[in-house]
Amino acid sequence: MTDAETATTTAPAETADAAPATPGAVPPPTTTKPGRRSRRGGRLQAVLLAFPVPIVFVLVWQLGVVYEWVLPFGIQMGFLPYPLEVAQTLLGYAIPAFGDDAFAGKLWPDLGASVLRVLSGFLLASVLGIVLGVIMGRSYVVNSLFDPFINLFRPIPATAWVPLVALIIGVGDQSTIFLITLSAFFPIVLGAASGARQVPPRLLEASRMLGAGRLQQLAGVVVPAAAPAIVNGLRVGLGLAWVVLVLGETVGVDTGLGATITMARNIVRTDLIVAGMICIGLAGFLSDRLLSLVFRLAFRGRPLVK
Amino acid sequence: MSRNAEVRFADLAKRYESPDGDEVLALADVDLSIASGEFVAVVGASGCGKSTLLRILAGFEEASEGEVSVGGVPVRGPGPDRGVVFQDYGLFPWLTVAENVGYGPRRRGAKRADARALATRFLETVGLTRFADRYPGQLSGGMQQRVAIARVLANDPSVLLMDEPFGALDALTRSELQVELRRIHRETQTTVLFVTHSIEEAVFLADRVVVMTGGAAHGVPGHISRVVPVDLAGARDVTSAEFNEIKREIADLVHAPRETV
Ligand SMILES: Nc1ncnc2c1ncn2[C@@H]1O[C@H](COP(=O)(O)OP(=O)(O)OP(=O)(O)O)[C@@H](O)[C@H]1O
Ligand SMILES: [Mg+2]
Repeated sequence: MTDAETATTTAPAETADAAPATPGAVPPPTTTKPGRRSRRGGRLQAVLLAFPVPIVFVLVWQLGVVYEWVLPFGIQMGFLPYPLEVAQTLLGYAIPAFGDDAFAGKLWPDLGASVLRVLSGFLLASVLGIVLGVIMGRSYVVNSLFDPFINLFRPIPATAWVPLVALIIGVGDQSTIFLITLSAFFPIVLGAASGARQVPPRLLEASRMLGAGRLQQLAGVVVPAAAPAIVNGLRVGLGLAWVVLVLGETVGVDTGLGATITMARNIVRTDLIVAGMICIGLAGFLSDRLLSLVFRLAFRGRPLVK
Repeated sequence: MSRNAEVRFADLAKRYESPDGDEVLALADVDLSIASGEFVAVVGASGCGKSTLLRILAGFEEASEGEVSVGGVPVRGPGPDRGVVFQDYGLFPWLTVAENVGYGPRRRGAKRADARALATRFLETVGLTRFADRYPGQLSGGMQQRVAIARVLANDPSVLLMDEPFGALDALTRSELQVELRRIHRETQTTVLFVTHSIEEAVFLADRVVVMTGGAAHGVPGHISRVVPVDLAGARDVTSAEFNEIKREIADLVHAPRETV
């Protein structure tokens, strides 16, 4: 809104009455957002601004442990490890030479096993969710068939599934991947459905009058037009996959980031718990970035429907 | 082109149903034949059913009564034989200009290179070869509409349907495109149905001007009140007396009081 306003105030007074297209033969220059620095300066500034809050956080953590603060919710900071302890544990967890316990160097097998579980569950959920979602978004009948059912299942949290899954699947890899698939499926299917539903009707008409068949229209128009919504669903789904991973790895597996955290709790190693938490956080963060990158590469900078 | 692209509307009527069950008769008793290669413009007040008429021929809407045919073949849904140019262009934003123009040929089985060659050829027709690898969002409205025209031409349609195609453009771009469209029509001899709000535009472009009146707002279904032939030979001069005489005749019909309907 403010963009458009600033743009029109600098333009000549002669403005078309509510004409949707820009008059004239030259497209308007892209306006920079007000109150932002130039692009390069802004990037550097953003990087610099990312540091203070984590630094203060670590300092407060250190102080809290030293003075054994008791925070709201009954958080007893005295039970926490020092930041430096966690850093050492992390180092040993990652590099065997720096570790002196059973967990030395275990990060990589843990990470490999966890990534494999997340990836299997997430890919399965993506295929099922995108295919069903796109069809739901375009078909009244299919949508009416599945939408109520999906919305009945969706509020059931993965934690509530765990006991049942333990009895009908057992514990281990399969149940973990099942839980991940289940949890990631809902945001993906709903994202795809809402994206497919909101494809501009004009583009559908355009493709039909140009001779596209039903399937060509789905692949060539609906999917690209719904891509931003699909990717949003995928990102939420991937985030949930990491959440549920820990849940699934609590019992029945020895290798995995979640498994290590559970073992660390059993032997009361808060430093290892926190180290494991940091690893999962980083893995989730990086996988989200990777997903965005894959998406950008797939579209090679093509502009998408706003 | 010797193919038969005669358009016939026979006893056409269109009812729209509102969600609460009310029926709106948007069009009634429409009988119209457009000869192969003819350029017909449709004018009339807002809501008289111009777009409805065009959308039925395009196959986007079904007729409630009567029939529409092209070259004797009844219309059943949209198809590449009837290219539509929309007021808001309807270009695919994620495809380049050349890919947009090649979209139709590709869907109908052309190889990538052949589609590209067709795109180049029709971008030449509309003077946009230099912009082949840009995205529609990087072009002005007038340029986007040229792309949209090239895109339907690449399908070699027998009928060109245009619904206020220049309505969103500034006056200068608009008259440029009008001249270009006349040239394209001369070259391709495509049958054209052209909906516009501008009587001048209609008289400038068309062989015949269909005047529609009525519409839900008037309590009368939209219908054709008169078809005015534009008997102006050769280059049309918008300032000439003959031109303005026809303009006035049509304006009187468009603004005619309801009783004469
Ligand atoms: N999808 C629809 N559902 C219900 N009524 C509709 C629909 N489309 C059009 N109408 C009605 O049909 C009538 C004719 O509409 P149409 O869009 O054809 O008019 P028009 O002549 O193109 O008007 P304008 O010049 O404003 O574009 C109007 O009364 C409109 O409200
Ligand atoms: Mg209209």
